[in-house]
Amino acid sequence: MSLVTVSHLSKKFRSHNAVDDLSFSVEEGDVYGFLGQNGAGKSTTIRMLLTLVRPTSGHIDIFGLNLNKERKKILSQIGAVIEKPDLYKYLSAYENLSLFARMSGFINSKKELNAQLEMVGLAGRETDLVKTFSQGMKQRLGIAVALIHNPRLIILDEPTNGLDPQGIADMRNLILHLSRHLHKTVIVSSHLLNEIEQISNRMLIIDEGKKIVEGTVESLTDPARTLVEVTVDNPIAATSRIESSSWFCYLIKTENNHLIFQLPKHLIPELNRSLVQLEINVLSLQAKNSLEAQFLSLTRSKQNVAAFTD
Amino acid sequence: MWQLLQIELLKIFRKPRTYISFGAIAAMVIIIQIALKFDGQSYIEFLTGSLKDSLEIPYTNILNGYFVCFIILNLLLIHIPLLIALVAGDSIAGEANMGTLRLIASKPVSRTGLMLAKFMATIIYTALLLIWLAFISLLISILIFGTNDILIARNDALEIIQRNDVLWRYMAAFAFATLALTTVAALAFLLSVFADNSVGPIVSTISIVIVFTILSEMQIPLYDRTIKPFLFTSHMLAWKGFFYSKVDSGGSSLPGTIENIRAIGKSSLILVLYIIGFVSAAIYAFNKKDILS
Repeated sequence: MSLVTVSHLSKKFRSHNAVDDLSFSVEEGDVYGFLGQNGAGKSTTIRMLLTLVRPTSGHIDIFGLNLNKERKKILSQIGAVIEKPDLYKYLSAYENLSLFARMSGFINSKKELNAQLEMVGLAGRETDLVKTFSQGMKQRLGIAVALIHNPRLIILDEPTNGLDPQGIADMRNLILHLSRHLHKTVIVSSHLLNEIEQISNRMLIIDEGKKIVEGTVESLTDPARTLVEVTVDNPIAATSRIESSSWFCYLIKTENNHLIFQLPKHLIPELNRSLVQLEINVLSLQAKNSLEAQFLSLTRSKQNVAAFTD
Repeated sequence: MWQLLQIELLKIFRKPRTYISFGAIAAMVIIIQIALKFDGQSYIEFLTGSLKDSLEIPYTNILNGYFVCFIILNLLLIHIPLLIALVAGDSIAGEANMGTLRLIASKPVSRTGLMLAKFMATIIYTALLLIWLAFISLLISILIFGTNDILIARNDALEIIQRNDVLWRYMAAFAFATLALTTVAALAFLLSVFADNSVGPIVSTISIVIVFTILSEMQIPLYDRTIKPFLFTSHMLAWKGFFYSKVDSGGSSLPGTIENIRAIGKSSLILVLYIIGFVSAAIYAFNKKDILS
């Protein structure tokens, strides 16, 4: 049985359809990636899952219960970080955690609360006011708040927003830890495909509030259509040499000093060697997987990518 | 509910803004007390008007702690709504602005319960502010000026209430003032639901109170019958009624009596109805609200 079942969900703000007839399901144990560009309807959908926004139509069942009828019961088993982890800046980390634990119906001991803070790397900062915390520390405290009542389902809306590279890596590891070791079900939204691809086993791509595609990451990743962007110092000479080689059939675009190839992933090392043999001065070579290409071509920026893939 | 109330009280009393009101009241009261200590006679002369030509006014007896407290309440109870709005207007809008509203609204508590806890916390804050006002305006004034009979000016007449008949009147007046200020808090609370930062509801509440107070004080017969009886501001000053006692045939005040208890009761009822109306509307609107902040 699915842990989350969303059926024909719509939300209209005046004349704007933020979410339009969206259906999807999340299985127990999934790390479910929710992918879409900014304004695609991800946050509105997540807010409907958390009863912050009322759907115009449609149904949401979580843990086999109707969200409208069993709101309290369902929310007591969900932990969430919605966009920025905004907490009470004039309270300490410990007070924030204690406060939200009590709101979730849990009375945690001081030891449990401190252990939770330690788990997210905030040991020693328990009594510091949140206003003195960096964005990364606030994000970690937000995660501690989301997990303090040991929820079955964790919803993270753009959890890496505003984080530095180390913070992003920590967040990714935390999500994987939650899934693999604590067996939590996680719904994570992002507009960053790379992020979703690295942590999710299933994903949904939405655009303009509509479902574009849903499936396992493997099924959405076609290694036969990897995009490779090669930056060269002399694109005219490089193009001319490639035209006379067997690689020309893979060249799909030349743009400034970038040559764009689309080819099976396993051919990338061979392409690299051939470029050297053709005496093309390669400044950089970057592979973009087929999911990225698919995502861009399926969503609104397809016009931007069209040039890429024409 | 008790759990939620505790949380809301923690939030209110850990917020530095909360203490602005307590500080402002202390500052205003102390300024008045200092002025009356050094130049109280001038104020009483102003108050008694031409009576000093025909009567010998015992200034030192009149200027006592009870009388000073009465003056302070007259001067301040019009301004305290502004301080109440600072906290009540921040209750929902402040959370929306901070981004914590989405967090608390996604917790397994009913929105109605959350609103009731917030409003109860606001009532407690209001009551504590009044207790603070009572402490420094009554107790400190008694310590500075001592106690004596209290002189109450009513229209063109003066009424004297004996010193042993005063304290309970103050208790009742402060209790009524709590009700009156809770009405203002309820208005700010309602407006707070519709805003995503607290400036809007605070300014709107203050504006409404000012406009309504002006309307309440205007001496226009048309408004006296049609508008004024229905404005909550017209009823907020009914606390003064506790200092108007019945008089005997000789014109002396009868201890332990109130001249028009029905008028005070009616004003209380109207204020309670306003509170119920404002809070019910706030809960309804919050339950329907999409939280997008």
